[in-house]
Amino acid sequence: MKRDADFDKLARYTGQWMRGEGPESDIVISTRIRLARNLADFPFIRRCSDEDRLSIERTVRARMESLTDNNWSAAQYVDLEPLSEIDRQLLVERQLISREIAEADGSRAVAFDAAEGYSVMVNEEDHLRIQVMKSGLDIKNTWEQVNRIDDMLEEVILYAFHPRYGYLTACPTNVGTGLRVSVMLHLPALVITEQMDRVFRSMQRINVTVRGLYGEGSQYTGDFYQVSNQITLGHTEADLLALVGEEVAPRIIEYERKARESLLKNNRDDLHDEVSRAMGILNTARKISSEETMHHLSKIRLGISMGLIDQLDVKVINQLFLQSQSAHLQKLQGRILGRAERHARRASFLQHHLAGKGDTTWN
Amino acid sequence: MKCQFCEKPATFHITELTDPGGPQVMHFCEEHAKGFLHKEASPPMTAIASALAKQLGQVGDDLEELDQKECPVCGISFFEFRNSGRLGCPYDYTHFESDLRPLLINVHDSTEHIGKRPTRSAGTADSLAKMIGLRREMEEAIEREDYERASEIRDELKAMEDPIAPKSTESDTTS
Repeated sequence: MKRDADFDKLARYTGQWMRGEGPESDIVISTRIRLARNLADFPFIRRCSDEDRLSIERTVRARMESLTDNNWSAAQYVDLEPLSEIDRQLLVERQLISREIAEADGSRAVAFDAAEGYSVMVNEEDHLRIQVMKSGLDIKNTWEQVNRIDDMLEEVILYAFHPRYGYLTACPTNVGTGLRVSVMLHLPALVITEQMDRVFRSMQRINVTVRGLYGEGSQYTGDFYQVSNQITLGHTEADLLALVGEEVAPRIIEYERKARESLLKNNRDDLHDEVSRAMGILNTARKISSEETMHHLSKIRLGISMGLIDQLDVKVINQLFLQSQSAHLQKLQGRILGRAERHARRASFLQHHLAGKGDTTWN
Repeated sequence: MKCQFCEKPATFHITELTDPGGPQVMHFCEEHAKGFLHKEASPPMTAIASALAKQLGQVGDDLEELDQKECPVCGISFFEFRNSGRLGCPYDYTHFESDLRPLLINVHDSTEHIGKRPTRSAGTADSLAKMIGLRREMEEAIEREDYERASEIRDELKAMEDPIAPKSTESDTTS
């Protein structure tokens, strides 16, 4: 494992899972599966002493280093404790670590590969949080990879496992499989046609959580929703994966497709107008917040998928979603920026890239 | 409208769907919305709080007694678990078993794991508890500079962990 992460370089790239490729990628941003695991011979994080945390971090690091798997030896291992706030924030924006672990105290770390396809957090809510992310709806490959990493780690780490309750986790909502499969969906047409409530209601009865980020009235909307399994015990991994990946996500995708078709058929001019205005604002604004940016980028992404904008690649939009966030902007600028400076810097950054002058660099 | 957690204006409005009473709308500023959204998809506190409320309604007067119950391995009390939604160690699943089972049924509608199993196992709940106890004892030995005792414990722990060592085979039986 390498221990010399270059955060300035990291900020310039986009992880593979943001390529905007893979099945259903016009609607599905990404598939993510995480497994919660704990070491058998330590208390859960909440009852750990500082020494326990340090000991867990060192044990896990040493065991990971003992692995001879080629993919693994190329992984980055980052000790989060001495990291600056901005670098931790950068990892949060890239979804390599959670906000909780970024803001926690004590020994904690993350291991991830160069393509940012997987990450293993050490000392999050559980001792280990193993996650794999892929572009588009790709449950099968995502599961195969996370399962392989779990098998590999299990060879060298003794997990807390109970014959009846399965993998033991700090929070009883994760016990059993410790598995959470999440599909991130872009659903602007369902939002525009005001059908999200119906989607929410239909999902409630089937042990699936839909969570969204949206504005009301005059506020900005990003139109992104995450669908994931709510329960982890009493079902096999295959059942939970099928519930989200075969039952729920395809159904929502179909709703969104229908809503897009109906918009094109009945409200094409309005839609085109909205998409063009979003483009206009991002091309001309002198200062802009990240929420407003997200709102307009969402509309542009829809415009690209529906053939209303042809001079832009969805990859560029995905890159802008990532790099227009605060820590990325500041890393790319090479210094800490105040709020007003960030808004101005974001506006010029967006214009530069939308004009096709930026590099789209892929890891 | 102000953010639920601070004085900044609420610019993000999030609908949470895990509440049994129907969708719950929450209002956040940018910063708190990010914090909320980066958490796991299923907010454990909501699920646990509602399941516990249901369960505790049935417990009644015994609640005070239950709240004081403590795990002999990590020392967490049921009260503390109830407040934080987080358990203290793997042995809690054994020590609080009868109290946790109704919760598991409320949350998962099941108390039986039927998924993946590790190829090697730490064995019984008792051996898990023993390992945590030994580890703590080792730390104490190091603290008082009793390195001989510390290294004995280290060997003992290693033997329990190592699937090839004779000690671990007996602990492979399930409870």
